[in-house]
Amino acid sequence: MEIFIQQLINGITLGSIYGLIAIGYTMVFGIIGMVNFSHGDVFMVSAFIALIFFLVLTTWLGIASVALALFLVMIIAMVLTGLLSWTIERVAYRPLRGSFRLAPLISAIGMSIVLSNFIQVAQGPRNKPTPPMVRDVIVLMDSNGYAVTLSYKQIIIMATTAVLLAVFWYVVQKTPLGRAQRACEQDRKMAALLGVNVDRTISLTFVMGAALAAVAGTMYLMYYGVVNFSDGFVPGVKAFTAAVLGGIGSLPGAVLGGLLIGLIETFWSGYFSIDYKDVAAFSILAIVLIFMPQGILGRPEVEKV
Amino acid sequence: MTTERWDTDPVLTVEHVTMRFGGLVAVNDLSFKAGRGDITALIGPNGAGKTTVFNCITGFYKPTMGLLDLAHRDGKRFMLERMPDFKISGKAKVARTFQNIRLFSGMTLLENLLVAQHNALMLASGMTIGGILGIGGYKAKEKEAMERAKYWLDKIRLTARADDPAGDLPYGAQRRLEIARAMCTGPELLCLDEPAAGLNPRESAELNELLLGIRESEKTSLLLIEHDMSVVMEISDHVVVLEYGIKISDGTPAFVQNDPRVIAAYLGVDDEEVETVEKQLDVLTGEAG
Repeated sequence: MEIFIQQLINGITLGSIYGLIAIGYTMVFGIIGMVNFSHGDVFMVSAFIALIFFLVLTTWLGIASVALALFLVMIIAMVLTGLLSWTIERVAYRPLRGSFRLAPLISAIGMSIVLSNFIQVAQGPRNKPTPPMVRDVIVLMDSNGYAVTLSYKQIIIMATTAVLLAVFWYVVQKTPLGRAQRACEQDRKMAALLGVNVDRTISLTFVMGAALAAVAGTMYLMYYGVVNFSDGFVPGVKAFTAAVLGGIGSLPGAVLGGLLIGLIETFWSGYFSIDYKDVAAFSILAIVLIFMPQGILGRPEVEKV
Repeated sequence: MTTERWDTDPVLTVEHVTMRFGGLVAVNDLSFKAGRGDITALIGPNGAGKTTVFNCITGFYKPTMGLLDLAHRDGKRFMLERMPDFKISGKAKVARTFQNIRLFSGMTLLENLLVAQHNALMLASGMTIGGILGIGGYKAKEKEAMERAKYWLDKIRLTARADDPAGDLPYGAQRRLEIARAMCTGPELLCLDEPAAGLNPRESAELNELLLGIRESEKTSLLLIEHDMSVVMEISDHVVVLEYGIKISDGTPAFVQNDPRVIAAYLGVDDEEVETVEKQLDVLTGEAG
Protein backbone atom coordinates (compact mmCIF):
# COMPACT_ATOMS: atom_id res chain seq x y z
CA MET A 1 0.00 0.00 0.00
CA GLU A 2 2.80 2.40 0.91
CA ILE A 3 4.62 1.60 -2.28
CA PHE A 4 1.41 2.16 -4.20
CA ILE A 5 0.85 5.63 -2.78
CA GLN A 6 4.48 6.59 -3.16
CA GLN A 7 4.54 5.47 -6.77
CA LEU A 8 1.26 7.24 -7.43
CA ILE A 9 2.80 10.52 -6.25
CA ASN A 10 5.95 9.93 -8.26
CA GLY A 11 3.95 8.91 -11.30
CA ILE A 12 1.78 12.01 -11.27
CA THR A 13 4.86 14.20 -10.95
CA LEU A 14 6.58 12.54 -13.87
CA GLY A 15 3.34 12.50 -15.81
CA SER A 16 2.91 16.25 -15.33
CA ILE A 17 6.27 16.85 -16.98
CA TYR A 18 5.41 14.53 -19.87
CA GLY A 19 2.02 16.17 -20.21
CA LEU A 20 3.51 19.65 -20.50
CA ILE A 21 5.85 18.51 -23.25
CA ALA A 22 3.13 16.48 -24.97
CA ILE A 23 0.97 19.58 -25.42
CA GLY A 24 3.63 21.05 -27.69
CA TYR A 25 3.54 17.97 -29.90
CA THR A 26 -0.20 17.72 -30.01
CA MET A 27 -0.83 21.41 -30.80
CA VAL A 28 1.66 21.57 -33.61
CA PHE A 29 0.34 18.33 -35.02
CA GLY A 30 -3.19 19.62 -34.76
CA ILE A 31 -2.52 22.82 -36.62
CA ILE A 32 -0.10 21.77 -39.37
CA GLY A 33 -0.20 17.99 -39.23
CA MET A 34 3.50 17.71 -38.58
CA VAL A 35 5.36 15.80 -35.87
CA ASN A 36 7.82 18.31 -34.49
CA PHE A 37 10.70 15.99 -33.68
CA SER A 38 12.86 18.80 -32.41
CA HIS A 39 10.43 19.52 -29.57
CA GLY A 40 12.22 17.14 -27.18
CA ASP A 41 15.48 18.97 -27.78
CA VAL A 42 13.81 22.32 -27.32
CA PHE A 43 12.79 20.96 -23.92
CA MET A 44 16.40 19.96 -23.22
CA VAL A 45 17.70 23.38 -24.27
CA SER A 46 15.17 25.00 -21.95
CA ALA A 47 16.53 22.94 -19.05
CA PHE A 48 20.01 24.27 -19.84
CA ILE A 49 18.69 27.82 -20.04
CA ALA A 50 17.07 27.28 -16.65
CA LEU A 51 20.32 25.88 -15.24
CA ILE A 52 22.41 28.79 -16.48
CA PHE A 53 20.00 31.44 -15.27
CA PHE A 54 19.50 29.75 -11.93
CA LEU A 55 23.23 29.90 -11.33
CA VAL A 56 23.44 33.47 -12.60
CA LEU A 57 20.59 34.61 -10.39
CA THR A 58 21.68 32.85 -7.22
CA THR A 59 25.46 33.30 -7.36
CA TRP A 60 26.08 36.49 -9.33
CA LEU A 61 22.99 38.46 -8.50
CA GLY A 62 22.75 36.96 -5.07
CA ILE A 63 19.05 36.25 -4.96
CA ALA A 64 18.69 34.27 -1.77
CA SER A 65 15.08 33.22 -2.09
CA VAL A 66 14.91 29.97 -4.04
CA ALA A 67 11.22 30.46 -4.76
CA LEU A 68 11.84 33.86 -6.35
CA ALA A 69 14.83 32.55 -8.27
CA LEU A 70 12.85 29.58 -9.57
CA PHE A 71 9.98 31.79 -10.61
CA LEU A 72 12.28 34.19 -12.48
CA VAL A 73 14.15 31.30 -14.07
CA MET A 74 10.91 29.81 -15.29
CA ILE A 75 9.80 33.10 -16.87
CA ILE A 76 13.19 33.65 -18.50
CA ALA A 77 13.28 30.07 -19.79
CA MET A 78 9.75 30.43 -21.21
CA VAL A 79 10.63 33.63 -23.07
CA LEU A 80 13.97 32.44 -24.43
CA THR A 81 12.70 29.00 -25.39
CA GLY A 82 9.70 30.56 -27.07
CA LEU A 83 12.06 32.74 -29.04
CA LEU A 84 14.16 29.72 -29.97
CA SER A 85 11.13 27.81 -31.14
CA TRP A 86 9.87 30.80 -33.12
CA THR A 87 13.23 30.96 -34.87
CA ILE A 88 13.25 27.24 -35.59
CA GLU A 89 9.78 27.44 -37.10
CA ARG A 90 10.76 30.46 -39.18
CA VAL A 91 14.03 28.99 -40.44
CA ALA A 92 13.42 25.27 -40.68
CA TYR A 93 9.68 24.69 -41.14
CA ARG A 94 7.95 27.65 -42.74
CA PRO A 95 9.99 27.62 -45.96
CA LEU A 96 9.01 23.97 -46.38
CA ARG A 97 5.30 24.45 -45.84
CA GLY A 98 3.49 23.42 -48.98
CA SER A 99 6.34 21.13 -49.87
CA PHE A 100 5.82 17.36 -49.72
CA ARG A 101 4.78 15.97 -46.36
CA LEU A 102 8.06 14.43 -45.31
CA ALA A 103 10.18 17.53 -45.92
CA PRO A 104 9.39 19.36 -42.65
CA LEU A 105 9.70 16.05 -40.79
CA ILE A 106 13.25 15.53 -42.03
CA SER A 107 13.97 19.18 -41.29
CA ALA A 108 12.69 18.65 -37.73
CA ILE A 109 14.97 15.66 -37.21
CA GLY A 110 17.84 17.78 -38.52
CA MET A 111 16.93 20.57 -36.13
CA SER A 112 16.87 18.09 -33.26
CA ILE A 113 20.40 16.93 -34.08
CA VAL A 114 21.58 20.53 -34.45
CA LEU A 115 20.25 21.46 -31.02
CA SER A 116 21.63 18.49 -29.11
CA ASN A 117 25.01 18.78 -30.81
CA PHE A 118 25.16 22.49 -30.20
CA ILE A 119 24.57 21.93 -26.50
CA GLN A 120 27.12 19.14 -26.48
CA VAL A 121 29.71 21.48 -27.94
CA ALA A 122 28.74 24.56 -25.98
CA GLN A 123 28.07 22.97 -22.59
CA GLY A 124 30.16 19.83 -22.75
CA PRO A 125 29.05 16.22 -22.91
CA ARG A 126 28.94 15.56 -19.17
CA ASN A 127 26.01 15.70 -16.79
CA LYS A 128 25.51 19.20 -15.49
CA PRO A 129 24.43 19.16 -11.85
CA THR A 130 22.75 21.94 -9.92
CA PRO A 131 22.84 22.44 -6.20
CA PRO A 132 19.60 21.01 -4.80
CA MET A 133 17.02 23.76 -5.02
CA VAL A 134 14.20 22.53 -2.87
CA ARG A 135 14.89 19.91 -0.23
CA ASP A 136 11.95 19.80 2.13
CA VAL A 137 9.71 16.78 2.19
CA ILE A 138 6.49 15.99 3.96
CA VAL A 139 6.21 12.51 5.43
CA LEU A 140 2.68 11.33 4.73
CA MET A 141 2.82 7.97 6.46
CA ASP A 142 5.49 5.91 8.06
CA SER A 143 5.10 2.21 8.68
CA ASN A 144 7.67 -0.49 9.19
CA GLY A 145 10.43 1.86 8.27
CA TYR A 146 9.00 2.70 4.85
CA ALA A 147 8.10 6.36 4.71
CA VAL A 148 5.73 7.70 2.08
CA THR A 149 6.95 11.16 1.25
CA LEU A 150 5.66 14.03 -0.75
CA SER A 151 8.43 16.47 -1.48
CA TYR A 152 7.97 20.20 -1.93
CA LYS A 153 9.36 19.97 -5.42
CA GLN A 154 6.67 17.45 -6.33
CA ILE A 155 4.05 19.81 -4.99
CA ILE A 156 5.58 22.65 -6.99
CA ILE A 157 5.53 20.56 -10.16
CA MET A 158 1.93 19.44 -9.76
CA ALA A 159 0.69 22.89 -8.80
CA THR A 160 2.55 24.67 -11.59
CA THR A 161 1.27 22.17 -14.13
CA ALA A 162 -2.28 22.55 -12.93
CA VAL A 163 -2.15 26.35 -13.01
CA LEU A 164 -0.53 26.44 -16.43
CA LEU A 165 -3.02 24.02 -17.89
CA ALA A 166 -5.84 26.19 -16.63
CA VAL A 167 -4.32 29.31 -18.19
CA PHE A 168 -3.61 27.43 -21.36
CA TRP A 169 -7.12 26.03 -21.57
CA TYR A 170 -8.45 29.56 -21.15
CA VAL A 171 -6.25 30.86 -23.96
CA VAL A 172 -7.31 28.13 -26.36
CA GLN A 173 -11.01 28.22 -25.53
CA LYS A 174 -11.71 31.87 -24.85
CA THR A 175 -9.27 34.20 -26.57
CA PRO A 176 -9.15 35.33 -30.19
CA LEU A 177 -5.78 33.60 -30.56
CA GLY A 178 -7.21 30.29 -29.37
CA ARG A 179 -10.18 30.62 -31.68
CA ALA A 180 -7.82 31.36 -34.57
CA GLN A 181 -5.78 28.30 -33.67
CA ARG A 182 -8.81 26.07 -33.64
CA ALA A 183 -10.02 27.60 -36.88
CA CYS A 184 -6.64 27.01 -38.54
CA GLU A 185 -6.72 23.47 -37.26
CA GLN A 186 -9.95 22.82 -39.13
CA ASP A 187 -9.45 24.77 -42.32
CA ARG A 188 -6.37 26.90 -42.72
CA LYS A 189 -7.36 28.37 -46.07
CA MET A 190 -10.78 29.41 -44.85
CA ALA A 191 -9.28 30.99 -41.74
CA ALA A 192 -7.00 33.05 -43.99
CA LEU A 193 -10.02 34.16 -46.00
CA LEU A 194 -11.59 35.46 -42.81
CA GLY A 195 -8.54 37.60 -42.17
CA VAL A 196 -6.64 35.32 -39.79
CA ASN A 197 -2.90 35.58 -40.31
CA VAL A 198 -2.24 31.86 -40.55
CA ASP A 199 1.54 32.07 -40.53
CA ARG A 200 1.52 34.15 -37.39
CA THR A 201 -0.97 31.83 -35.72
CA ILE A 202 1.26 28.85 -36.48
CA SER A 203 4.30 30.70 -35.14
CA LEU A 204 2.46 31.52 -31.93
CA THR A 205 1.44 27.88 -31.60
CA PHE A 206 5.08 26.88 -31.72
CA VAL A 207 5.91 29.56 -29.16
CA MET A 208 3.15 28.41 -26.81
CA GLY A 209 4.25 24.77 -27.08
CA ALA A 210 7.85 25.78 -26.41
CA ALA A 211 6.89 27.89 -23.41
CA LEU A 212 5.18 24.89 -21.84
CA ALA A 213 8.21 22.74 -22.69
CA ALA A 214 10.35 25.36 -20.93
CA VAL A 215 8.25 25.01 -17.80
CA ALA A 216 8.71 21.26 -18.07
CA GLY A 217 12.45 21.80 -18.55
CA THR A 218 12.71 23.98 -15.45
CA MET A 219 10.73 21.44 -13.44
CA TYR A 220 12.83 18.58 -14.77
CA LEU A 221 16.00 20.36 -13.71
CA MET A 222 14.61 21.12 -10.29
CA TYR A 223 13.35 17.55 -9.83
CA TYR A 224 16.40 15.62 -10.95
CA GLY A 225 19.04 18.28 -10.28
CA VAL A 226 21.02 17.23 -13.32
CA VAL A 227 20.76 17.72 -17.06
CA ASN A 228 22.64 16.35 -20.03
CA PHE A 229 22.73 17.26 -23.72
CA SER A 230 21.04 13.97 -24.66
CA ASP A 231 18.19 14.42 -22.20
CA GLY A 232 15.89 15.74 -24.92
CA PHE A 233 15.52 12.43 -26.65
CA VAL A 234 13.92 10.03 -24.19
CA PRO A 235 11.51 12.51 -22.53
CA GLY A 236 10.73 13.82 -26.02
CA VAL A 237 9.83 10.38 -27.31
CA LYS A 238 7.86 9.63 -24.15
CA ALA A 239 5.92 12.87 -24.46
CA PHE A 240 5.23 12.16 -28.11
CA THR A 241 4.01 8.71 -27.08
CA ALA A 242 1.81 10.40 -24.51
CA ALA A 243 0.34 12.65 -27.18
CA VAL A 244 -0.38 9.67 -29.43
CA LEU A 245 -1.79 7.64 -26.56
CA GLY A 246 -4.14 10.43 -25.55
CA GLY A 247 -5.15 11.06 -29.14
CA ILE A 248 -2.91 13.39 -31.11
CA GLY A 249 -4.50 16.76 -31.74
CA SER A 250 -6.44 16.64 -28.46
CA LEU A 251 -5.23 18.85 -25.60
CA PRO A 252 -6.86 16.99 -22.70
CA GLY A 253 -5.65 13.83 -24.42
CA ALA A 254 -2.05 15.01 -24.23
CA VAL A 255 -2.30 15.64 -20.49
CA LEU A 256 -4.10 12.36 -19.87
CA GLY A 257 -1.56 10.50 -22.00
CA GLY A 258 1.30 12.13 -20.12
CA LEU A 259 -0.13 11.13 -16.76
CA LEU A 260 -0.74 7.57 -17.96
CA ILE A 261 2.77 7.13 -19.31
CA GLY A 262 4.19 8.58 -16.09
CA LEU A 263 2.09 6.26 -13.95
CA ILE A 264 2.83 3.17 -16.02
CA GLU A 265 6.52 3.88 -15.79
CA THR A 266 6.67 4.45 -12.07
CA PHE A 267 4.38 1.55 -11.19
CA TRP A 268 6.32 -0.81 -13.39
CA SER A 269 9.55 0.37 -11.75
CA GLY A 270 8.02 -0.03 -8.30
CA TYR A 271 6.53 -3.47 -8.69
CA PHE A 272 8.51 -5.14 -11.44
CA SER A 273 11.78 -4.07 -12.94
CA ILE A 274 13.13 -0.59 -13.34
CA ASP A 275 15.13 -1.64 -16.38
CA TYR A 276 12.01 -2.52 -18.33
CA LYS A 277 9.96 0.59 -17.53
CA ASP A 278 10.27 1.96 -21.06
CA VAL A 279 9.32 -1.40 -22.54
CA ALA A 280 6.19 -1.37 -20.39
CA ALA A 281 5.23 2.15 -21.42
CA PHE A 282 5.64 1.49 -25.11
CA SER A 283 3.94 -1.92 -24.94
CA ILE A 284 0.88 -0.34 -23.43
CA LEU A 285 0.95 2.28 -26.16
CA ALA A 286 1.00 -0.51 -28.77
CA ILE A 287 -1.89 -2.32 -27.12
CA VAL A 288 -4.01 0.81 -26.81
CA LEU A 289 -3.37 1.77 -30.41
CA ILE A 290 -4.43 -1.66 -31.65
CA PHE A 291 -7.85 -1.24 -30.05
CA MET A 292 -8.18 2.54 -30.29
CA PRO A 293 -6.14 3.69 -33.29
CA GLN A 294 -7.16 7.31 -32.78
CA GLY A 295 -5.94 7.33 -29.17
CA ILE A 296 -7.98 7.61 -26.00
CA LEU A 297 -9.56 11.04 -26.58
CA GLY A 298 -8.74 11.52 -30.25
CA ARG A 299 -11.35 12.10 -32.89
CA PRO A 300 -11.53 9.43 -35.56
CA GLU A 301 -9.85 10.58 -38.76
CA VAL A 302 -12.41 12.05 -41.11
CA GLU A 303 -11.59 12.11 -44.77
CA LYS A 304 -11.52 15.71 -45.92
CA VAL A 305 -13.21 16.38 -49.22
CA MET B 1 -24.51 51.08 -75.34
CA THR B 2 -25.49 53.45 -72.59
CA THR B 3 -23.26 54.07 -69.60
CA GLU B 4 -24.48 51.90 -66.76
CA ARG B 5 -24.02 52.42 -63.04
CA TRP B 6 -21.25 49.85 -62.86
CA ASP B 7 -19.20 51.86 -65.32
CA THR B 8 -19.37 55.07 -63.35
CA ASP B 9 -18.82 53.76 -59.80
CA PRO B 10 -17.35 50.27 -59.80
CA VAL B 11 -16.40 48.54 -56.55
CA LEU B 12 -14.42 45.92 -58.45
CA THR B 13 -12.73 46.37 -61.79
CA VAL B 14 -11.44 43.22 -63.43
CA GLU B 15 -9.09 44.04 -66.27
CA HIS B 16 -7.72 41.57 -68.76
CA VAL B 17 -7.49 38.76 -66.23
CA THR B 18 -6.09 35.51 -67.58
CA MET B 19 -5.57 32.40 -65.51
CA ARG B 20 -3.63 29.51 -66.97
CA PHE B 21 -3.02 26.12 -65.41
CA GLY B 22 -0.19 24.76 -67.53
CA GLY B 23 -1.73 24.49 -70.98
CA LEU B 24 -5.29 24.97 -69.80
CA VAL B 25 -6.65 28.47 -70.04
CA ALA B 26 -9.38 28.66 -67.41
CA VAL B 27 -10.06 32.37 -67.78
CA ASN B 28 -9.04 34.25 -70.87
CA ASP B 29 -8.67 38.03 -70.98
CA LEU B 30 -11.69 38.73 -68.84
CA SER B 31 -12.71 42.31 -68.13
CA PHE B 32 -15.80 43.46 -66.30
CA LYS B 33 -16.90 45.89 -63.64
CA ALA B 34 -19.08 45.28 -60.62
CA GLY B 35 -20.99 48.34 -59.50
CA ARG B 36 -21.00 49.63 -55.96
CA GLY B 37 -24.13 48.51 -54.15
CA ASP B 38 -25.10 46.28 -57.05
CA ILE B 39 -25.81 42.60 -57.01
CA THR B 40 -23.67 41.34 -59.84
CA ALA B 41 -24.19 37.78 -61.05
CA LEU B 42 -21.52 35.75 -62.77
CA ILE B 43 -23.17 32.97 -64.76
CA GLY B 44 -22.15 30.44 -67.34
CA PRO B 45 -22.22 26.73 -68.12
CA ASN B 46 -20.18 24.26 -66.08
CA GLY B 47 -16.45 24.75 -66.47
CA ALA B 48 -16.82 28.30 -67.74
CA GLY B 49 -14.27 29.58 -65.20
CA LYS B 50 -16.60 31.33 -62.77
CA THR B 51 -15.10 29.84 -59.62
CA THR B 52 -11.61 30.49 -60.99
CA VAL B 53 -12.51 34.18 -61.23
CA PHE B 54 -13.64 34.05 -57.58
CA ASN B 55 -10.44 32.33 -56.58
CA CYS B 56 -8.43 35.07 -58.26
CA ILE B 57 -10.43 37.80 -56.52
CA THR B 58 -10.06 36.24 -53.08
CA GLY B 59 -6.38 35.36 -53.41
CA PHE B 60 -6.69 31.58 -53.75
CA TYR B 61 -4.91 31.91 -57.07
CA LYS B 62 -2.66 34.62 -58.40
CA PRO B 63 -3.88 35.42 -61.90
CA THR B 64 -1.37 34.74 -64.67
CA MET B 65 -2.07 38.18 -66.10
CA GLY B 66 -4.33 41.12 -65.49
CA LEU B 67 -5.45 43.54 -62.82
CA LEU B 68 -8.04 43.30 -60.06
CA ASP B 69 -8.78 46.71 -58.67
CA LEU B 70 -10.99 47.16 -55.64
CA ALA B 71 -12.21 50.61 -54.63
CA HIS B 72 -13.67 51.30 -51.20
CA ARG B 73 -16.40 53.82 -50.51
CA ASP B 74 -13.85 56.14 -48.93
CA GLY B 75 -11.71 56.05 -52.06
CA LYS B 76 -9.03 53.62 -50.85
CA ARG B 77 -7.91 51.31 -53.62
CA PHE B 78 -6.41 47.84 -53.49
CA MET B 79 -4.58 45.78 -56.09
CA LEU B 80 -5.98 42.40 -55.13
CA GLU B 81 -3.69 40.38 -57.38
CA ARG B 82 -0.69 41.53 -55.34
CA MET B 83 -2.04 40.84 -51.85
CA PRO B 84 -1.73 37.68 -49.74
CA ASP B 85 -5.07 36.01 -49.00
CA PHE B 86 -5.45 37.05 -45.35
CA LYS B 87 -4.93 40.69 -46.28
CA ILE B 88 -7.55 40.55 -49.01
CA SER B 89 -10.01 39.76 -46.30
CA GLY B 90 -8.50 41.86 -43.51
CA LYS B 91 -7.48 45.00 -45.37
CA ALA B 92 -9.29 45.04 -48.70
CA LYS B 93 -12.50 43.73 -47.10
CA VAL B 94 -13.48 41.08 -49.59
CA ALA B 95 -15.35 38.12 -48.13
CA ARG B 96 -16.51 34.95 -49.79
CA THR B 97 -18.51 31.79 -49.31
CA PHE B 98 -17.97 28.43 -50.95
CA GLN B 99 -19.88 26.10 -53.21
CA ASN B 100 -19.16 23.26 -50.80
CA ILE B 101 -19.72 24.84 -47.41
CA ARG B 102 -16.55 25.48 -45.42
CA LEU B 103 -17.66 26.25 -41.90
CA PHE B 104 -15.50 25.39 -38.91
CA SER B 105 -17.79 22.50 -38.15
CA GLY B 106 -16.26 21.64 -34.78
CA MET B 107 -16.74 25.15 -33.44
CA THR B 108 -19.98 26.68 -32.25
CA LEU B 109 -22.02 29.06 -34.36
CA LEU B 110 -20.97 31.95 -32.17
CA GLU B 111 -17.30 31.03 -32.42
CA ASN B 112 -17.57 30.81 -36.19
CA LEU B 113 -18.82 34.38 -36.23
CA LEU B 114 -16.14 35.51 -33.78
CA VAL B 115 -13.30 34.04 -35.82
CA ALA B 116 -14.50 36.26 -38.64
CA GLN B 117 -13.81 39.26 -36.40
CA HIS B 118 -10.39 37.97 -35.45
CA ASN B 119 -8.37 40.95 -36.63
CA ALA B 120 -10.07 43.59 -34.52
CA LEU B 121 -10.10 41.33 -31.46
CA MET B 122 -6.49 40.23 -31.80
CA LEU B 123 -5.32 43.82 -31.95
CA ALA B 124 -7.49 44.82 -29.02
CA SER B 125 -6.29 41.91 -26.92
CA GLY B 126 -2.70 43.08 -27.34
CA MET B 127 -1.75 39.77 -28.97
CA THR B 128 -3.61 37.80 -26.29
CA ILE B 129 -1.55 38.87 -23.28
CA GLY B 130 -3.67 41.94 -22.58
CA GLY B 131 -6.75 39.82 -23.20
CA ILE B 132 -5.86 37.34 -20.48
CA LEU B 133 -5.11 40.08 -18.01
CA GLY B 134 -8.25 41.93 -19.02
CA ILE B 135 -6.48 45.21 -19.70
CA GLY B 136 -6.77 47.66 -22.56
CA GLY B 137 -9.85 48.04 -24.68
CA TYR B 138 -10.29 44.31 -25.06
CA LYS B 139 -13.42 43.92 -22.95
CA ALA B 140 -15.27 46.58 -24.91
CA LYS B 141 -14.12 45.24 -28.25
CA GLU B 142 -15.13 41.72 -27.32
CA LYS B 143 -18.54 42.93 -26.31
CA GLU B 144 -18.87 44.71 -29.63
CA ALA B 145 -17.85 41.57 -31.53
CA MET B 146 -20.36 39.56 -29.52
CA GLU B 147 -23.09 42.08 -30.33
CA ARG B 148 -22.32 41.89 -33.98
CA ALA B 149 -22.29 38.09 -33.95
CA LYS B 150 -25.64 38.08 -32.17
CA TYR B 151 -27.07 40.59 -34.62
CA TRP B 152 -26.21 38.29 -37.50
CA LEU B 153 -27.39 35.17 -35.73
CA ASP B 154 -30.67 36.93 -35.22
CA LYS B 155 -30.79 37.96 -38.84
CA ILE B 156 -30.33 34.38 -40.06
CA ARG B 157 -32.73 33.16 -37.34
CA LEU B 158 -30.27 30.83 -35.61
CA THR B 159 -29.96 32.59 -32.25
CA ALA B 160 -31.37 29.57 -30.43
CA ARG B 161 -28.54 27.40 -31.66
CA ALA B 162 -25.68 29.79 -30.93
CA ASP B 163 -23.76 27.28 -28.81
CA ASP B 164 -24.22 24.21 -31.00
CA PRO B 165 -21.39 22.98 -33.23
CA ALA B 166 -21.84 24.41 -36.72
CA GLY B 167 -21.52 20.93 -38.22
CA ASP B 168 -24.81 19.87 -36.61
CA LEU B 169 -26.90 22.40 -38.53
CA PRO B 170 -29.06 21.37 -41.47
CA TYR B 171 -27.76 22.26 -44.89
CA GLY B 172 -29.82 25.37 -45.52
CA ALA B 173 -28.90 26.81 -42.12
CA GLN B 174 -25.22 26.12 -42.77
CA ARG B 175 -25.47 28.19 -45.95
CA ARG B 176 -27.06 31.06 -44.06
CA LEU B 177 -24.40 30.81 -41.36
CA GLU B 178 -21.66 30.93 -43.94
CA ILE B 179 -23.11 34.15 -45.33
CA ALA B 180 -23.42 35.59 -41.81
CA ARG B 181 -19.83 34.66 -41.08
CA ALA B 182 -18.66 36.40 -44.23
CA MET B 183 -20.70 39.47 -43.24
CA CYS B 184 -19.06 39.53 -39.82
CA THR B 185 -15.79 40.47 -41.50
CA GLY B 186 -17.50 43.74 -42.47
CA PRO B 187 -16.88 43.30 -46.18
CA GLU B 188 -17.03 45.93 -48.89
CA LEU B 189 -17.55 43.20 -51.47
CA LEU B 190 -19.16 39.86 -50.70
CA CYS B 191 -18.54 37.02 -53.14
CA LEU B 192 -21.03 34.17 -52.98
CA ASP B 193 -20.30 30.94 -54.81
CA GLU B 194 -23.64 29.33 -55.65
CA PRO B 195 -25.49 30.37 -52.52
CA ALA B 196 -28.73 28.75 -53.66
CA ALA B 197 -27.25 25.36 -54.59
CA GLY B 198 -29.13 22.56 -52.87
CA LEU B 199 -31.78 24.81 -51.36
CA ASN B 200 -35.47 24.11 -51.75
CA PRO B 201 -37.67 26.82 -53.30
CA ARG B 202 -38.72 28.18 -49.93
CA GLU B 203 -35.14 28.41 -48.66
CA SER B 204 -34.13 29.91 -51.95
CA ALA B 205 -36.74 32.66 -51.58
CA GLU B 206 -35.48 33.31 -48.04
CA LEU B 207 -31.98 33.57 -49.37
CA ASN B 208 -33.05 36.19 -51.91
CA GLU B 209 -34.57 38.16 -49.09
CA LEU B 210 -31.41 37.86 -46.98
CA LEU B 211 -29.19 39.01 -49.84
CA LEU B 212 -31.43 41.94 -50.71
CA GLY B 213 -31.51 42.82 -47.00
CA ILE B 214 -27.72 42.78 -46.84
CA ARG B 215 -27.47 45.15 -49.74
CA GLU B 216 -30.12 47.39 -48.27
CA SER B 217 -28.89 47.66 -44.69
CA GLU B 218 -25.13 47.09 -44.99
CA LYS B 219 -24.56 48.74 -48.39
CA THR B 220 -22.35 45.80 -49.26
CA SER B 221 -21.79 45.07 -52.93
CA LEU B 222 -22.49 41.49 -53.90
CA LEU B 223 -20.90 39.33 -56.56
CA LEU B 224 -22.46 35.93 -56.98
CA ILE B 225 -22.08 32.82 -59.03
CA GLU B 226 -25.40 31.18 -59.57
CA HIS B 227 -27.05 28.47 -61.61
CA ASP B 228 -30.50 29.05 -60.26
CA MET B 229 -31.90 31.42 -62.87
CA SER B 230 -34.78 32.49 -60.67
CA VAL B 231 -32.27 33.89 -58.17
CA VAL B 232 -30.22 35.53 -60.89
CA MET B 233 -33.12 37.17 -62.65
CA GLU B 234 -34.95 38.17 -59.50
CA ILE B 235 -32.26 39.87 -57.51
CA SER B 236 -29.32 40.81 -59.70
CA ASP B 237 -28.82 44.22 -61.25
CA HIS B 238 -26.07 43.19 -63.59
CA VAL B 239 -25.17 39.87 -65.18
CA VAL B 240 -21.85 38.78 -66.67
CA VAL B 241 -21.88 35.58 -68.71
CA LEU B 242 -18.80 33.41 -69.19
CA GLU B 243 -18.24 30.50 -71.50
CA TYR B 244 -14.94 28.64 -71.75
CA GLY B 245 -13.25 31.41 -69.79
CA ILE B 246 -14.37 34.15 -72.17
CA LYS B 247 -16.98 36.79 -71.46
CA ILE B 248 -19.81 36.39 -73.94
CA SER B 249 -22.32 38.83 -72.55
CA ASP B 250 -22.54 41.63 -70.00
CA GLY B 251 -25.53 43.75 -69.08
CA THR B 252 -28.83 43.94 -67.28
CA PRO B 253 -30.67 40.65 -66.65
CA ALA B 254 -33.18 41.49 -69.32
CA PHE B 255 -30.46 42.23 -71.85
CA VAL B 256 -28.54 39.05 -71.08
CA GLN B 257 -31.64 36.89 -71.10
CA ASN B 258 -32.29 37.81 -74.68
CA ASP B 259 -28.71 37.74 -75.89
CA PRO B 260 -28.52 35.09 -78.62
CA ARG B 261 -24.98 34.15 -77.62
CA VAL B 262 -26.15 33.37 -74.11
CA ILE B 263 -29.04 31.34 -75.41
CA ALA B 264 -26.64 29.47 -77.66
CA ALA B 265 -24.22 28.84 -74.83
CA TYR B 266 -26.92 27.46 -72.57
CA LEU B 267 -29.01 25.56 -75.07
CA GLY B 268 -26.23 24.61 -77.42
CA VAL B 269 -27.80 25.61 -80.74
CA ASP B 270 -25.58 25.38 -83.76
CA ASP B 271 -24.17 28.38 -85.56
CA GLU B 272 -26.71 28.61 -88.35
CA GLU B 273 -29.52 28.67 -85.90
CA VAL B 274 -27.82 31.43 -83.94
CA GLU B 275 -27.58 33.44 -87.12
CA THR B 276 -31.27 33.04 -87.80
CA VAL B 277 -32.06 33.98 -84.23
CA GLU B 278 -29.82 36.99 -84.54
CA LYS B 279 -31.56 38.01 -87.77
CA GLN B 280 -34.93 37.64 -86.14
CA LEU B 281 -33.75 39.69 -83.22
CA ASP B 282 -32.49 42.37 -85.56
CA VAL B 283 -35.85 42.42 -87.26
CA LEU B 284 -37.58 42.61 -83.91
CA THR B 285 -35.40 45.37 -82.56
CA GLY B 286 -35.69 47.12 -85.90
CA GLU B 287 -39.46 46.95 -85.61
CA ALA B 288 -39.36 48.13 -82.06
CA GLY B 289 -37.02 50.98 -82.94
